[in-house]
Amino acid sequence: MRYINHEEVAVRTKKRLTKNTLLKGVFAAATAFGLIVLAILLYRIITQGSGYLSLDFFTSFASRIPEDSGIRAAIAGSIYLMLVVAPVSMFLGVGTAIYLEEYATKNKFNDLIKVNISNLAGVPSVVFGLLGLTIFVRFFDLGISILAAGLTMSLLILPIIIVASQEAIRAVPNELREASFAMGATKWQTILRVVLPASIPGILTGSILALSRAIGETAPLVVIGIPTILFFMPEGIMSTFTALPMQIFDWTKRPQVEFHDVAAAGIIVLMALLIIMNSIAVFIRNKYQKRY
Amino acid sequence: MAMNEPKQISVQELIAQKSNRGLLAFTEKLIPKLLLAIAVVSVLTTIGIVFTLIFETITFFTQVNIFDFLTGTEWYPFANSTPTYGILPLIVGTLKITIIATLVAGPIGIATAIYLSEYASDRVRRIVKPVLEVLAGVPTIVYGFFALTFVTPILRSVFPEIAIFNAVSPGIVVGIMIIPMIASLSEDAMSSVPNAMRDGAYALGATKLEVALKIVLPAALSGIVASTVLAISRAIGETMIVAVAAGSTPGFNWDVTGSIQTMTAYIVQVTTGDAGYGTTIYYSIYAVGFTLFIFTLLMNMLAQFISKRFREEY
Repeated sequence: MRYINHEEVAVRTKKRLTKNTLLKGVFAAATAFGLIVLAILLYRIITQGSGYLSLDFFTSFASRIPEDSGIRAAIAGSIYLMLVVAPVSMFLGVGTAIYLEEYATKNKFNDLIKVNISNLAGVPSVVFGLLGLTIFVRFFDLGISILAAGLTMSLLILPIIIVASQEAIRAVPNELREASFAMGATKWQTILRVVLPASIPGILTGSILALSRAIGETAPLVVIGIPTILFFMPEGIMSTFTALPMQIFDWTKRPQVEFHDVAAAGIIVLMALLIIMNSIAVFIRNKYQKRY
Repeated sequence: MAMNEPKQISVQELIAQKSNRGLLAFTEKLIPKLLLAIAVVSVLTTIGIVFTLIFETITFFTQVNIFDFLTGTEWYPFANSTPTYGILPLIVGTLKITIIATLVAGPIGIATAIYLSEYASDRVRRIVKPVLEVLAGVPTIVYGFFALTFVTPILRSVFPEIAIFNAVSPGIVVGIMIIPMIASLSEDAMSSVPNAMRDGAYALGATKLEVALKIVLPAALSGIVASTVLAISRAIGETMIVAVAAGSTPGFNWDVTGSIQTMTAYIVQVTTGDAGYGTTIYYSIYAVGFTLFIFTLLMNMLAQFISKRFREEY
């Protein structure tokens, strides 16, 4: 005697199994969609821009003629910008993270700081531009300078660095701290010599990712009023400058189609920079991240 | 014995004596205060944002009636004779982009999350997830360029009535930008649904699809909704894609084939042009920025509320 009627079961489950297979395909297609778009985006930009990518492109300034246009001022401006953003945002971000993870007791004010950081992360970048324009450019009278733009960008990426550093510091096991205390070290000595060295890979990884975000950001620079066409190199942090995304924005807006190809060439450089920075971040994470 | 007693000091007291002296003790007291001051910078930033927006917006409302601003359906700040400042067209423009983006990213993002969490093997997930996240890291100006030079021409070859600057193309591209946000956060929410619940359903003879749709999806719903709300907030605040590809014609209608303007694109238009400092147009960007800020703040708070209030703990 058979307890299970296999034919009957097969008939009944067939529909449900077909539906399962069908929708699995749909879900897989949705996943593939994102990947395909990314591939098309990269392919388009490389084929469109590679023709303009030459040594001259890096060494010449912007021009009215597409063939003569280059990103010399923009590249220099972006690098100068990072020279301000990296130390300022990391100092503020890591400092805040140490305070929140090592010193902050649970009270209303510290809760406020935490809630505030997560809300700050959701503020659109264009609003940060308005902040920079009002406070740094006008109120502190820094002008449309590398310093004003750098401070604005630093505040923009601050939440990312804080959260990444917090996670890195939290991942340091308490045994390490206790061992340090047991040797007679003070709290700050423990943080400086035990906790920070152990969490540096995580902090660096998060900071590099945040900086790569800052390199690509355009909206705050536009709102501050950074010019797009400059024929000189920045001289110091109070100097006016232009940045890579601003230059790309300018070329994209132009009606002549040739400038779109120049924009694509600029995008190749920008994306290459981002990929290099991301690879460094991944490398640091894989090489130095210890598991306790 | 009695002679020695006054000199006897416990080790703890010795340590306390030593550590209360000199530079070391001073640093120990100073550092927390210094770090607190650094932490306060982020609070000051928020205060700075709110105050600049409020102050300049108030100045704007001394020149433009607040009621006209909130209910006006015409936004022509650059008109020579009688400029009008009714924000509704900008809000409608922003909503068009946001709705299109959500229609693209919602289904695709959640379907991606279901695939990665329920169907994909560990290896596929480990490769696909970070690659997808590259999409979120692409600078928005690059997306703007992509929308204008790739998506719009394709759309126009299929639907010739679409204008060069329109709402559909940037809407789709904003959607593509926020797919990884929805997919990644939803996948996290689905992965945290315990396997025991899946096994229970399998034991009853459920297929993978039934487990995904009837067990995992409802259990992870709060996380999925929160991630979607967060992504919508990002779409509302997105600037460069719309500034490049959506045009600059604010209109109070639901047509998506023609040129539109969003709140963010208006701010970009004014700041790249030459509206002088102190003019009504200059102050109008703060009123628009304030409106935008309130929209995104409400969405972010909603997302936080949903993920806290409705989170299921297993």
